[in-house]
Amino acid sequence: MWEYSDKVKEHFLNPRNVGEVEHPDGEALVGSLACGDALKLTFKLDENKRIKEARFKTFGCASAIAAASALTEMIKGMTIDEAAKVTNQDIADYLGGLPQEKLHCSVMGREALEKAIANYQGVPAAAAEENIICECFGVTEKEIERVVRENQLTTIEEVTNYTKAGGGCGNCHGAIQEIIDRVRAAARPAARPKLSNIQKIRLIEETIEREIRPSLKQDGGDIELIDVIGNRVLVATRGACAVCQAAQLTLKQFVEAKLKELVWPELTVEEVA
Amino acid sequence: MKTIYLDNNATTQVAPEVLEAMLPYFHEFYGNPSSMHSFGGQVARRLREARAQVAALISAAPEEIIFTSCGTESDNTAIRSALAAYPFKRHVVTSRVEHPAIHALVACLAKEGYRVTELPVDGQGRLNMEHYARSLTPDTAIVSLMWANNETGVLFPVEEAAARAQAQGILFHTDAVQAVGKIPIDMRRNRIDMLSISGHKLHGPKGIGALFVRKGTKFSPFLIGGHQEKGRRAGTENTPSIIGFGQACALAAFNLEKENTTVRYLRDKLENALLTRIPLSQVNGDRQHRLPNTTNISFAYVEGEAILLMLNEYGICASSGSACTSGSLQPSHVLRAMGVPFTMAHGSIRFSLSVYNTEEEIDFVIEKMPAIIARLRTLSPYWEEGAAAGAMG
Repeated sequence: MWEYSDKVKEHFLNPRNVGEVEHPDGEALVGSLACGDALKLTFKLDENKRIKEARFKTFGCASAIAAASALTEMIKGMTIDEAAKVTNQDIADYLGGLPQEKLHCSVMGREALEKAIANYQGVPAAAAEENIICECFGVTEKEIERVVRENQLTTIEEVTNYTKAGGGCGNCHGAIQEIIDRVRAAARPAARPKLSNIQKIRLIEETIEREIRPSLKQDGGDIELIDVIGNRVLVATRGACAVCQAAQLTLKQFVEAKLKELVWPELTVEEVA
Repeated sequence: MKTIYLDNNATTQVAPEVLEAMLPYFHEFYGNPSSMHSFGGQVARRLREARAQVAALISAAPEEIIFTSCGTESDNTAIRSALAAYPFKRHVVTSRVEHPAIHALVACLAKEGYRVTELPVDGQGRLNMEHYARSLTPDTAIVSLMWANNETGVLFPVEEAAARAQAQGILFHTDAVQAVGKIPIDMRRNRIDMLSISGHKLHGPKGIGALFVRKGTKFSPFLIGGHQEKGRRAGTENTPSIIGFGQACALAAFNLEKENTTVRYLRDKLENALLTRIPLSQVNGDRQHRLPNTTNISFAYVEGEAILLMLNEYGICASSGSACTSGSLQPSHVLRAMGVPFTMAHGSIRFSLSVYNTEEEIDFVIEKMPAIIARLRTLSPYWEEGAAAGAMG
């Protein structure tokens, strides 16, 4: 049985805003009977261009119904610009979280909202030219790229949880992995801000103190930071390390690996006397 | 809130007399049946009784029963044993609607280089026996076909299928986990070589199963170790569970008629009432050749998990073949193999009864179910169109 939050259960048992708005300003239907869930979203604006009324109809499981109910509550009173910023994570948060395997329900909500806004703005649906990655559930490259980027996904399983892509025959797993790799490669520089020299040295010192020195001391050794020149970290070994045959190995495989991981991926460690 | 348990194909309650039989063997008679002292020896005697009770339920000889830890272990043991017995044969025949214990195992065998034939079924979940006969080859090591389907209750003609396999020198195994205790089974009257049973499907405890291996069948053990089960399944015997399992089989033999009268009556009442009261609903599977306790009903344009959670609000326990409950994002492989359309497959509910269900419970479900479906249909974007199309069609 799924572990649903009380809020999910409450929205499932007492869904808000069920039905269709008459003469809607924006409307959209996403999902399909074959996929096992679908959401029809309609909304109407007031004279100040704020969403006055939003209604939904959902074919799907408890969390799909709850996510749609939550979405209609969330967007009421928002301007189109505000509504356009609602993410799948916002919907999941509103519901007090969703089980991992059910995150696609919140993604479906966001997709319906986006499509309904496009419908209001008169943007033609560009579906025909989109590249379908998952044939089983009709998930496009763009959709997968987006959830990977917005939710920092790293595995195929996570992509399946968010979009269902890859949850059927599994033939698209290679293609999904390529998208993950591509998006993550593009995201890396932005995710790691450039360090100033002072910041870098301070971080190296901290890392040695916290992560490295305690381990070395267990074997009666120690390490001292001599200097940092660019990405070259100059250290001297002390105690047992100074006379140990394996010290070079420790420096490369442990000290350098730790510093690369925790400070900067391009650091190299060199020993000075 | 009272629990109305209609999910007996998933698991069953341990019968009170079964629990009573088991309890002394945890703390009072905890000896090891292999020990030389009479403290252990008395347990060995009780195990012999249990073995005879299990054998009696299917009219087998006690020495043809090997105790295992579950139905899945029995299935794995049977298939692997057959392949080990005939190492030059590289072909396995099974069906598309088997339980994962077989389904996943043969997928694994295919990766190991075996040729696997998974026979299709028709819209009612039935095998085509001519198709089956054509699938048997001199290279076929074993056929494994389930006796009763866990999702639909549909019965395969396994006795007829076993006779055909035997005529061609091919071993025949059946996963009879759902069938034993619900329909009469007499192993003296068929040519099935191996048959899997599970304790917890017939009011015994979980974690105990058995594999029937017909006398004279080449056998090679799955678990290697001590000499337990005459060297056919190593590991210290799960004595309380074996004793409980034996008791459960004796009870099942006693209740067999009731399964086919009272339980069948309640199942039919539930099924017919739901079909009458709920438009665009259908039974999945062959209603003529089916377990007496199982009904699998689809309700168009609604989703199974949502139905189950609404039933849960009333304390009613059932199962669904919908994608959201399978954990795989796709509806049940059984319903897909039967070609049940998506509109129906996602909204399938399995009710599986036992001798402990009452008519009041069934009446309560009949009362609640139509409103649940109607409520979910008002939420469904497909319902209005679908109902209109259904009314026209």
